[in-house]
Amino acid sequence: MNTSVAATHHHGPASGIGRWLFTTNHKDIGTLYLWFSFIMFLTGGCMALLIRAELFQPGLQLVQPDFFNQMTTMHGLIMVFGAVMPAFVGLANWMVPMMVGAPDMALPRMNNWSFWILPFAFSMMLLTLFMEGGAPNFGWTFYAPLSTTYAPPSVTYFIFAVHMMGISSIMGAINIIATILNLRAPGMTMMKLPLFVWTWLITAFLLIAVMPVLAGVVTMMLMDIHFGTSFFDAAGGGDPVLFQHVFWFFGHPEVYIMILPAFGIVSEIIPTFARKRLFGYASMVYATASIALLSFIVWAHHMFTVGLPLAGELFFMFATMLIAIPTGVKVFNWVATMFRGSMTFETPMLFALAFVVLFTIGGFSGLMLAIAPVDFQYHDTYFVVAHFHYVLVPGAVFAIMAAAYYWLPKWCGRYYNETMGKVHFWCSFIGVNITFFPMHFIGLAGMPRRIPDYALQFADFNAIATVGAFIFGFSQLIFLYNVISCIRKGKPADDRVWEGSHGLEWTLPSPAPYHSFSEPPQVK
Amino acid sequence: MSAADRNKRTVTLLIFGCMTMFGFGFALVPLYDVFCRITGLNGKVDLVAATPSEVVDHSREVKLQMVATNNEMMPWQFRPETTEVKLSPGEMYQTAYLARNLTSKFMVAQAVPSVSPSEAAPFLQKINCFCFERQPLKGTEERAMPLVLSVDPALPRHITTITLSYTLFDITPEDSTQLTLLGRSSL
Amino acid sequence: MFKAKLSCTGLLLLAGNVAADWEVNLTRGVTEISREIYDLHMIIFWICVVIGLAVFGVMLWSVIHHRKSRGAKAHNFHENLFVEITWTVIPFVILIAMAVPATATLIKMYDNTEAELDIQITGYQWKWRYQYIGKEIDFFSSLSTPRDQINNEAVKGEHYLLEVDNPLVIPAGKKVRFLLTANDVIHSWWVPELAVKKDAIPGFINEAWTVVDKPGVYRGQCAELCGKDHGFMPIVVEVKPEAEFDAWLAEVKQAEQEKTAQAEKSWSLADLMVVGEEVYNKACLACHQANGEGIPGVFPGLKNSPIALGDQSAHIDIVLNGKQGTAMQAFRDQFSAVELAAVITYERNAWGNKTGDIVSPAQISELKEPAQ
Repeated sequence: MNTSVAATHHHGPASGIGRWLFTTNHKDIGTLYLWFSFIMFLTGGCMALLIRAELFQPGLQLVQPDFFNQMTTMHGLIMVFGAVMPAFVGLANWMVPMMVGAPDMALPRMNNWSFWILPFAFSMMLLTLFMEGGAPNFGWTFYAPLSTTYAPPSVTYFIFAVHMMGISSIMGAINIIATILNLRAPGMTMMKLPLFVWTWLITAFLLIAVMPVLAGVVTMMLMDIHFGTSFFDAAGGGDPVLFQHVFWFFGHPEVYIMILPAFGIVSEIIPTFARKRLFGYASMVYATASIALLSFIVWAHHMFTVGLPLAGELFFMFATMLIAIPTGVKVFNWVATMFRGSMTFETPMLFALAFVVLFTIGGFSGLMLAIAPVDFQYHDTYFVVAHFHYVLVPGAVFAIMAAAYYWLPKWCGRYYNETMGKVHFWCSFIGVNITFFPMHFIGLAGMPRRIPDYALQFADFNAIATVGAFIFGFSQLIFLYNVISCIRKGKPADDRVWEGSHGLEWTLPSPAPYHSFSEPPQVK
Repeated sequence: MSAADRNKRTVTLLIFGCMTMFGFGFALVPLYDVFCRITGLNGKVDLVAATPSEVVDHSREVKLQMVATNNEMMPWQFRPETTEVKLSPGEMYQTAYLARNLTSKFMVAQAVPSVSPSEAAPFLQKINCFCFERQPLKGTEERAMPLVLSVDPALPRHITTITLSYTLFDITPEDSTQLTLLGRSSL
Repeated sequence: MFKAKLSCTGLLLLAGNVAADWEVNLTRGVTEISREIYDLHMIIFWICVVIGLAVFGVMLWSVIHHRKSRGAKAHNFHENLFVEITWTVIPFVILIAMAVPATATLIKMYDNTEAELDIQITGYQWKWRYQYIGKEIDFFSSLSTPRDQINNEAVKGEHYLLEVDNPLVIPAGKKVRFLLTANDVIHSWWVPELAVKKDAIPGFINEAWTVVDKPGVYRGQCAELCGKDHGFMPIVVEVKPEAEFDAWLAEVKQAEQEKTAQAEKSWSLADLMVVGEEVYNKACLACHQANGEGIPGVFPGLKNSPIALGDQSAHIDIVLNGKQGTAMQAFRDQFSAVELAAVITYERNAWGNKTGDIVSPAQISELKEPAQ
């Protein structure tokens, strides 16, 4: 399987479109993933802006309720499976081999395949928008029976697309695990791995464990819709609540899949700009592993209102609260790393600092949501929307942006424009908070999520949130411009790039050569 | 061991892991059923006949409520004969649900039981229930569907009210040949 | 006003405003449970604020003082077992402190002692049905906000989207038990001031209860995505003192008898058209649209349609019994015979469908409750 590693040694990239279609080079594939994810980010972002525009004022102005539901569904699916996950896989493709001192990913051809499935999967999913009956409109959580008996015909295409994304993620995860376990440079022991690699290793195991469960649940849906089974239909002895159990058995680890690599990125960036070693490396590894393990026994906290027995509610409440401990350890470690360091505030550091603060706020609302009796009031309101956007936007997305700024000079050998980067950061930071902070208020005041129109008392904060969303959305164009101008005419970068940088990737020249570490480096 | 061999082994193990988890997803279906049956989660109840208890606990009474719901598209009249009754645990109780096909067509229904509080579900013993089998009714036909049950004396003392709900689903086959077959075999 | 609201967006400023303005915080509600939940919410909120202040405070202090531009030199410590154990154990203790009152409240919510009134609540796409068990009261409750307010053609009323035609009425100071189920997809019945939110699941029954001390009108909404008009199925609960509640019971029973009488008298086409248009706007318009043309590819039109122009009995059948596998519901139980007759007559005579047919209420009564 990895003969192609040898075969492609010492060749530069092929020319033309063939380079991208047939590439087995981890850097090329990483680039493809990252651009793909950015395009999806803008697509899902446009949908979000349409949603926010409709919610700017009470009453129906721009879209009809059914199309509104299609937008919320597609926005969720695209952001989760199209933007955040591929961005992390892209970063892993670029950085994991360079960080562990490997020449390429362990299975380069499979790597090509796992990327090229994605454009097809998402084209199919987006094209359902033009089908008769419209795109999936049952929310990204696609609860049965709304997504089975009552679904539009496009649900079959949606299921097929989810299968393809799942296969892509699983192949990506297998590749990353094989690379980390088998291709480490001599002397690179497990406890010397950079944290980004560690978090990705754990994430990859989570992917292997839960993506097949997602595949299973959509297969059951498919069978219910087309082959007359009744997994989720009470008439035939099935149970719609079973759907939620299986879905969230996948879904809760899934949310950690979207945040653990972000933890890794922040754990790389903060030490660099604090010019100080990461505080508590070992406890960071153990905390990540325990978050991953706990994620398997907390799924029903998404379902506190379905009528679980008391013992069930208590168990899932306690287990969920426990997650606060390892997460807290991580935040404390980051703060301790900054403490008595020598800090500078380049763009990646700004994003990382915003991550620590805003992710922690998302963590606090998460802790509040874990308290079952109070969750009866929060459940399915904008408070939940505020919570998961705080952990995913200024959480996962900010970490991805921090990573892009941090490693961009290594990837293309040029610096981005620092001033423009800072403008991008401040616009995003202000935009994100104006968008999502008021959602806490409207949620507590009683506005349910996924509604296209609302009662008058929610009007002011909705208007503010919409303004924030447009600020955040359009400031991403600054990022796009900055990246393109960096690639084309940025100031040349030296090998170390950052004064405080540490780790194998910074020993390579900038830009990193097409084939790096063909001879494994020695790690002391 | 060479890198290629190690990769092969890693990949084989991981693919095996994926298959296992795919299977596990499906295994959750029967596991969930077993779990529900033991804990009464979701108010699910056994669809097999129970044997009646031999002792009757006269020291207390439990209020048993019966409700009926038609699922969408179920154009039958469907209601319990009695809506409320007081029972001593262990006592056998016979009642019926009345169903009436208001259409002129032959139809088949399936009643799905559910019990609230779910904690009580394992203690509500159905000795005979119309929900054990599908219910065919000819156009405009009316029938009293029998229900014989008792409450297990082991019912926790803090439960004083049990609600038994039946939801009636339309499961008339679309295929007309199947329909006549069914009609003939059960009418 | 706008500025004042903006200034709330800081976490710290929020703390000052929390108690004053209910719009930014959870409602205290009107039941013992809702107040307990509110207190829990506030306790945990303040714990989070304190932890947040401590963590962000240290971080901010480092950001200000330990910066390179101030000449800070990096120290070399990178682990400390004692510190690391401390900040694992302290959160654990705090969590236990949170879990104790939370568990107590939860146990209280699961108390299933006998209630004085049991109400079966069934979720429909997109309305609620309330059946008072043992009282022979059974009615549907759906949004009463006029369509032109939603389409911004009229000024929005005070309770825009939170008003219904028939509110749920319950007595004050008595334990009321709700039995929840659904007719089609999963819904969730939520009234914030009662702190009751429970999913209504087709084929399964769930229960919740409340004791409301204070008479009043309390509003809520469906909380689980249930399709197109999920945002348009509010809940209104009217809590009345016992005497008024009993009077209401009697009133409803009388109205029921009048309805039966109405169905027996004979109706003119014009009268049926007036009632029919009302019913149409309430129940049919969302899908079939005001102009009767439906939404191509999604909801069929009625204008010039074979059903509305063709055989009467097929038309009556589809309205009463719905159509399997589509969004067309069975309206048999949702409306009185008069209303059903009126809406069918309306559909056969509106938008240029000039059949001139009159479907009489008596005809529908016969189908609804056939004589024994």
